[in-house]
This record gives sequence, structure tokens and C-alpha cells, in this order.
Amino acid sequence: MNEPSTAVDFATRIELPKLEKSFFVGRALSSSLLTIGVWVAAILASVPLFSVLYMLIVRGGARLNLELFTELPPAGFELGGGIGNAIVGTLVMVGIATLISVPVGILAGVYLADLGPDTKVASAARFLAKTLTGLPSILAGVFIYAAVVLAMGGYSAIAGGIALAVTMLPTVVLTAEEAMKMVPQKMKDAAYGMGCTRTQVIWKIVLPTGLPGILTGVMLAVAGAAGNSAPLLFTALFSNYWLHSLREPTASLSILIYNFSGMPFDNQIELAWAASLVLVLIVLVFSILSRIIGRPKV
Amino acid sequence: MNATAEAMAIPTAVNAVPTTAAMPASIAIDCKLDKVFYGDFLAVRDSHVPIEKGKITGFIGPSGCGKSTVLRCLNRMNDLIKIFRFQGHVHFHGQDVYARNVDPVILRRYIGMVFQQPNPFTMSIFDNVAFGLRLNRFKGNLQEQVEKSLRRAALWDEVKDKLNNSGLSLSGGQQQRLCIARAIATEPSILLMDEPCSALDPVATRRIEELMIELKAKYTIALVTHNMQQAMRVADKTAFFGVDISKGGRTGYLVEMGDTQQIFENPKEDLTKKYIRGEFS
Amino acid sequence: MLNPFAKADTVDSISGPPSQFDYGWDRTFQFLALAGAWMILILVVFILWEIGGQALPAMRDYGLSFITSTTWDANKSQFGILPQIWGTLYSSILALLIGGFFGIAVAIFLTQDFLQPSLAAVFRTIVELLAAIPSVVYGLWGIYVVIPALRPLANWLHETLGWIPLFGTSLSGPGMMPAAIVLAIMILPTITAISQDALRLVPYKIKEAAYGMGTTHWEAILKVIVPTASAGIFGALVLGFGRALGETMALAMLIGNSNQISLSLFSPANTLASLLASSFPEAGQTEIKALMYAAMVLLAITLLVNLMGTAIMTYTSKKFEGKK
Repeated sequence: MNEPSTAVDFATRIELPKLEKSFFVGRALSSSLLTIGVWVAAILASVPLFSVLYMLIVRGGARLNLELFTELPPAGFELGGGIGNAIVGTLVMVGIATLISVPVGILAGVYLADLGPDTKVASAARFLAKTLTGLPSILAGVFIYAAVVLAMGGYSAIAGGIALAVTMLPTVVLTAEEAMKMVPQKMKDAAYGMGCTRTQVIWKIVLPTGLPGILTGVMLAVAGAAGNSAPLLFTALFSNYWLHSLREPTASLSILIYNFSGMPFDNQIELAWAASLVLVLIVLVFSILSRIIGRPKV
Repeated sequence: MNATAEAMAIPTAVNAVPTTAAMPASIAIDCKLDKVFYGDFLAVRDSHVPIEKGKITGFIGPSGCGKSTVLRCLNRMNDLIKIFRFQGHVHFHGQDVYARNVDPVILRRYIGMVFQQPNPFTMSIFDNVAFGLRLNRFKGNLQEQVEKSLRRAALWDEVKDKLNNSGLSLSGGQQQRLCIARAIATEPSILLMDEPCSALDPVATRRIEELMIELKAKYTIALVTHNMQQAMRVADKTAFFGVDISKGGRTGYLVEMGDTQQIFENPKEDLTKKYIRGEFS
Repeated sequence: MLNPFAKADTVDSISGPPSQFDYGWDRTFQFLALAGAWMILILVVFILWEIGGQALPAMRDYGLSFITSTTWDANKSQFGILPQIWGTLYSSILALLIGGFFGIAVAIFLTQDFLQPSLAAVFRTIVELLAAIPSVVYGLWGIYVVIPALRPLANWLHETLGWIPLFGTSLSGPGMMPAAIVLAIMILPTITAISQDALRLVPYKIKEAAYGMGTTHWEAILKVIVPTASAGIFGALVLGFGRALGETMALAMLIGNSNQISLSLFSPANTLASLLASSFPEAGQTEIKALMYAAMVLLAITLLVNLMGTAIMTYTSKKFEGKK
């Protein structure tokens, strides 16, 4: 078997595979095409963001002055004016929504993460909260119209705030649960070992340790609520005047944009762009806050 | 764990300490576990472990022998596991700690615990030590008591200039000493230590062992360790646990208990002898 | 509370039992947390109860013909929502085709080592920012950017390929296609985010096995990694579809609010959500009842789709947890 002739025969009979890469043949070609494909897809998917930002800065930025924040919206053929009452209305209603949804959401999160994670109530609540995140926000509006507006006898900032709270609640619950679940068991054991009651463990260890994650969720929910308009359409409605009472129809940035976008007046359309810029800035501030708070600390 | 050792572990007469009704007054905790279950799983059986006042009682044995389970019965940490059930009794100064009217939360305030993994809270070093004091609404001088505890845990010199740094910024050995300082700050009479050195390097281990011997003057210590040398160095009494696999599960039980010297030099049971000689682990 | 250890020899111990307040607060807080969890259940029941209760009179009056008839005329009290159901499904399916394709492509792009981590983080931020833009702002952008940009192409398609039903009309202003494109952009972040999670859950050893068999990068992705993550990606598509069904403001601004059933991509149409948005504020008593019925139908459709999506996600995450 050691004769050299056999080796030569072997080499001539069997073709050794080519191991070099070639780019334009068969599967290498389709690989390159697919790679180009995903690059193009990713770049195309980013185009809308830059287009939106460009429009906001160019068209909205043109109207960005002090008047915008201090004046009331103009009527039909009027020139000038601002969106002051809509900014106030948005902030007030998001504030109401936060005051309602955050305490309830964190309490529910505490139950889902710590007190009874395996109970039937918890699994049902978890499942329904996940389903609620997909509830069309306009239906939150319809619900609050039926439950609050009809009962109170009119549109109001309170109704708007409650409608936004309904849209915020599932986000707060689910992120708070996640954040508190991340608290290591060994840390809770230490607190139990010191003789803490369950509530003391939660208040002294679980909530403080999970706080960054909880706040991230709250900020995300606030950002979402600030930009949300569908729940306000027929709960807070709109108002051309400053906010005097929480029981009156109330202006908001998003409804102002919706109303003005379809108007045939340049002044109103400019204001819609400026309001969009302000709204996106508010939303971005909260989104960025949520990322800063949520960043893992070493 | 090897098969011959487990085969040897078939129960014979196991209780080295007689279960007399009247325990001497020098017993801090009288722990008699007839059966401990997690769900249907029998984790520990027939273990009578009296913990003597002012001494260090070491629990040794192969892994899975239930020594940590026994330790966690002493301050009812096992209550946190829903499927835990037990038969027997644990008496703390004559009081049945599993009695219906006893709140485990109160019990745990009188018994300090140090865990296997260092587990400082995500708060400053000072707040970690002051945690138990604040919990018990300590009226005295907080600074002084924190300093005293840190000194006793042999950590003061290393951290006195950075009491406001996070407890998690310390090294593993320092973290464990911080946890000891936290546990002794409220002056509990008993300290339970569950393999406190298993995550530490030899130097840190050495410091903590020295610390235990110093603390003995004031505290009763129950120490679970997987390290026989450690038990030999620090424990006054040693309890050796074995594993019984005869009924299909892995059930821990007390093989024998006595003075450390006797257990290591002149064990009564064959199984103890084999374990001590290192024939299985 | 009884302190059985008071007599214990802890003379200099600082410990004491928790105070009455501690015990009271313990009980109160645990009760409040349980009440918080119950609030979610109560909320869902309350939503169903309120919308269902308000819809009931209209359901009795119009019955199933509400769903099958095509006229919405408040003056004649004739209400049918077939065009809106059609518009909702058609726009959502179009959005799902576009948004699903791009969303999954981007998810693969971001998770399968095409980019160095810093650049991937930039793209990930872009996708997250897409999700942060409010719906009305997309609507405004759609009116002033997408429709003008689309019009020449749409009208050229209509002129040259007008015999195909899809291009059967010209795009005069608002219409199905601009609405679907904007809707696709809006659901893309959802699809990308959930697909990324699914792709990341694929254990590394499965990738190694694929490469070990001599597959190329793309063969590993398409034949092993994506199929392994397919249940999660499917869940992402279902949830994205659910989002699209309920999206309101941008559609109300872009779709034209015209109650007609047309295959044409360029004709105006309507959806359930935008019907609610545009008609509700000015509706009278009878129309409100009909709108409540429409809301009920929308609720039923989205609830069904979302329950499916959530169930798929729960199932897949359990499957992977079980394997670990």
C-alpha cells in the first residue's frame, strides 16, 4: 500500500474540493444578494424617521417662538396664535393619567412579581395586561365615554386623563413586574433573615432595587400617553380656551394637530407642524429619560 | 458522591445524642427534625441537633445531605418555600418556634443569618449595617453601633473612609464580612452561617474563621460548611450528616454528633470514619 | 402580637418584634397589592361590560345585517359596517405585508452579526424612535410627504396598468395605499422588536451545529435560525397585525373616510377605528348607539387577534424555558 503509484492514482481519481471563496457562483452569489437586501431594507426602514424629523425641524421649527407657547389657537382666517392651552392640557391630562395608573400599576406589579406570582389571579392579570397592551386606544376612549363622560354629563380633562390612564396601565404593570422580578432572591433572603415582614422586604429591598426598571416603564408609558390622541377625541374633546377647570372640555396637542391638519389655512397647518415638533420633543424627553434611567449601572 | 458511600449510608442507630425530654440549660436551640419534606420529597429525617450556647456547632457532610435545610429550619427561612413541611420540633430557649402563635418574622429578629453568597443590599456600607438597627427602631447612637459592628466584623479599618460607598463595591471577602457586620449589628444571640466561605478565597476565609472564633465569646454560632478542615479549626461541636438513597430519594440524616475532637479523631460510626478519611465527599 | 422570645437571654439585644404599625401596614399593603392585581381583571370586565352594554340596543335593532350591509347614513338611520370591516382588514393586511417584510428583515439584520455592535445600536435606536413618533404626527407627515410623493407613481400605474383591479383608480388625495404605508411604518418597530427577541432566544449551540454542517451564514439563518424562531416571529406578526387593526389617528387622517369597498390601492376607504374617530364627536343619539356596536365589533376582532398573539408568545417562551 506504500507504493507511490497508488497515491498518484488516488489523486487523479478523486477531485479535491476547492476551498477558495468565489463571490459570483451559486450560493455565494445569493448570499451576497441577500446581504445587500437586508442592508437596503434597514436603510429604507430608517428613511421615514429622518423624513419626519426633517419636516418637523423645517416646517415646525419655523414657528418655534415664544408666542407659540403663550397664545391661544387662532380661529379660521386669523393669523398668528399659538398652542399654549394645548400644551397645558396635554401635560395636565398626562399628569392625571400618571397619578392614577402608576400607583395601581406598581401595586399590581408587586403582586405579580413578589406576593403571589403563581396564583390564579396573577396569571389571569398578567395575561389580560398583555392583551390590554394591544387594545386599540380609541376603544379606551369609547369605554371612558360610556363610563365617565356619560356619567359626568360632559367632556372633561378628568375623563381624558382616565382614558389615558387605561392605556398606560398595562405598560406600567408589566414593566414593574419585570423590574421587580430581577431583584435577586439572595437579597430578599437577607432581608427576611433580618426579620423583615413581607411588606418591609418589598419597601426596603424590592422596590428600591427595582426602581430604575419601574421608572423606565413609567417613562415609556408617559411618553406613549403624551403622544396618544385617540382616547382624547371624545373624552376631553378640545377647547380653544385656557384650562379653567378639570371638569371642562380640554385642549391637547394631539387633537390640535388632528383638527388643524385638515384645515385649508396655511396658518393652522404651520401650527400643526409646530405642535407636532413640541409633541415629539415632549415624547422624546420621556423616552430618553426612560433609557437613561434604565441603563444598567455597574 | 460515590455509590459505595451511599450504600453504606443505610440507616442504623443514628442519634448520637439521646433525645431526653429535659435538655440542659446550656442548650440555645434544641432542634429535632423527624421528617422534613419539600412537597413529596423527603429531604431530611431523624436528625436531632442541639445547639449549645456560646459554642460553634459545625454541620458537615456530603453535598445534598440536608445540612443547609436543617440550618434554615432554625430560623424558619424554609417557610418562604411554599411546599416545605416538617415533623418534629425546634425549641429556642424552651419556646417552640413552630408553634402556631409564633411569627417567624419575630424569630428571625433574634437569630442572625449569614448566607452562602455574600448578599449586601444595593445601598451604602453604612446603611447595610444600620439596616437591622433601623428595622428595630434602635434608639441609641446609630453611628457608634455601626462602627462597633464593623470593628467586630474586622472590616472597619478597610471601610471607615468610604462608608457611603455602595456595599456592592467591596470585594467578595469584604462583602461577606459586611454581611456578618449587618447580622451582628442588632446583637442577636445566635448566628446561623450557611457555608459563609464557599465563595471566598483562602485569605478571606482565614479572616472570617478568625472572626467566628472571636464572636464565639458572645454569640452562639451554627455553621454549615463543606470544608472539613474548617470545621476542625473552628467548631466545638460537630454534627455529621449522611445521605440515604435507600428509598429512591436523597434523604439527609444525622449520622453522629459530638465534640469536634471526638468526631474527627475517634468517630463512633463507620460512615463518619470514611468521610473523614476522605473516601467520599 | 405575642413575642414568645422576650424572655430569651438576649439581654443586650437590640431586636424587638415589629410594631403594631408594622403589622397593620403589612396587612394593608398586601391587601392593596392584591387589589391592584384585581383591578386589571375588573378593568377588562368593565370595558367589556360598558362597551357591550352600550352596544346592546343597536345589536338588537340592527342584528347581523349591521355587519353585512354597506350604507352608513345617520340621517336615514341606516347603519352597516361592511366597508369599514373590509377597509380595516385590507389596510392591515397590506401594512402587514410591507411592515412584516421590512420588520423581519431588519430584525435579522440586527441580530445575525451583519453589523459591528455600535452600528447595530444606532439602527436599534432608529427603530425605537420610529415607535416613539405619535400617530397624529405620522398622519400629518403622511398628508404632506407620503401622498404627494406617491401620487405621480400611483397615477402612472393607474394609467398604464389600470386594467388590474389593484390600480383601478387614481390617487387624488387620501387613500388606501398611503394609509397602508404609514401603518406599515407604525407596526414595524413592534414586529422588529418581538422578532429580535425571538431570534436572540435561539440557542447558540443550534447556530454552531448549523455552521458545523458547513452552511453559509445565510443558509444557517434561513434554514436553521429563522425556522427555530418561527413561532416567535409569527407571534410578532400577529401582534403587529393587532396593532394595525386598532390604529386610529393616522388612518383617520390618511384613508379618506369613504365608505366603499374597492380593491384599488389608490381609492379612499374607511376603517372601524377611523369611523369612530371621525363620526363620534358629532354623532347624535342613534348614531352613537350604532358606533358603540361598531366599537364592539372592533373590540371583538382585536381581542381575538391579540389573545392569539399573546398565547403564541407565552407558548414559545415556555417552550424555550423548558429546553434550557
